[in-house]
Amino acid sequence: MRIFIVDDSKTMRNIQKSTLATLGHTDVEEAGDGQDALSRVDAFNPDLILLDWNMPVMDGITFVKQYRAKGRKVPIIMVTTEAEKSRVVEAIKAGVNNYVIKPFTPEALSQKVNETLARCAKAA
Amino acid sequence: MDVRYINPFIEAVRSVFSTMIKIDVTLEKPHVAEILPRYDISGIIGMSGDVVGSVVLSFPAPVAKVVVGKFAGGDFAVTSPDFADALGEIVNMISGAAKAKFEGKNVSISTPSVIVGSGHTVTRPTGTVCISLPCKVYCGEFSIDIAIREENRQAKAA
Repeated sequence: MRIFIVDDSKTMRNIQKSTLATLGHTDVEEAGDGQDALSRVDAFNPDLILLDWNMPVMDGITFVKQYRAKGRKVPIIMVTTEAEKSRVVEAIKAGVNNYVIKPFTPEALSQKVNETLARCAKAA
Repeated sequence: MDVRYINPFIEAVRSVFSTMIKIDVTLEKPHVAEILPRYDISGIIGMSGDVVGSVVLSFPAPVAKVVVGKFAGGDFAVTSPDFADALGEIVNMISGAAKAKFEGKNVSISTPSVIVGSGHTVTRPTGTVCISLPCKVYCGEFSIDIAIREENRQAKAA
């Protein structure tokens, strides 16, 4: 299972990596902004993307729109401080599959990762 | 400043500290502050949109080291990029969680900045009153200083 973490905070990427490791997911690639992620995501060919919203250079919502416009169907979980209902709706409309609001517990992130992977495996 | 904008920060500080830092925090009575910030290290985030201004999370260095260490899992020098990254993420989460509770307001937050050095000052945005929330943790105290105001967009557009 390959997972791509996109977040401008190295601390947050490390926290997410630790949680993924407890689930047995250690094949992880990282990017610090949407533009960097977009340039490397196809080469890594992930099974899941964990994506921040507010980032420099290119934000998460722009990444989702451009990535989905290329026809890519890899599930995306938005992991963000953007907690307003309108933002969640905007993200889902853009093609995000699930949503985790910061701050989060490791259990909450684990649950969303498992839920998203199970849901997408069933749909495949 | 309307109390509606203070309570979300109180809830956000409690939530971030209990969920991701795992330190109990006690908040004391908010007060108007003139000279900011009071401590050595500040994480700053800007707000724009229907509410504009800044949020400053300010710590004495020893307290910041403990808080960042608990959050990021390590012992970082206060001048290291990893320390600034972690502190920035803390103020980002607090501000994000707070602004989500500004009912009916469309607000964006900036990428956080971190300033290290005793005696530094942060200028309050024009037209704002700063409300300081004193916070206590087992290893000391810190504050969150909120200087925001509603933006009258209709008046601006006229």
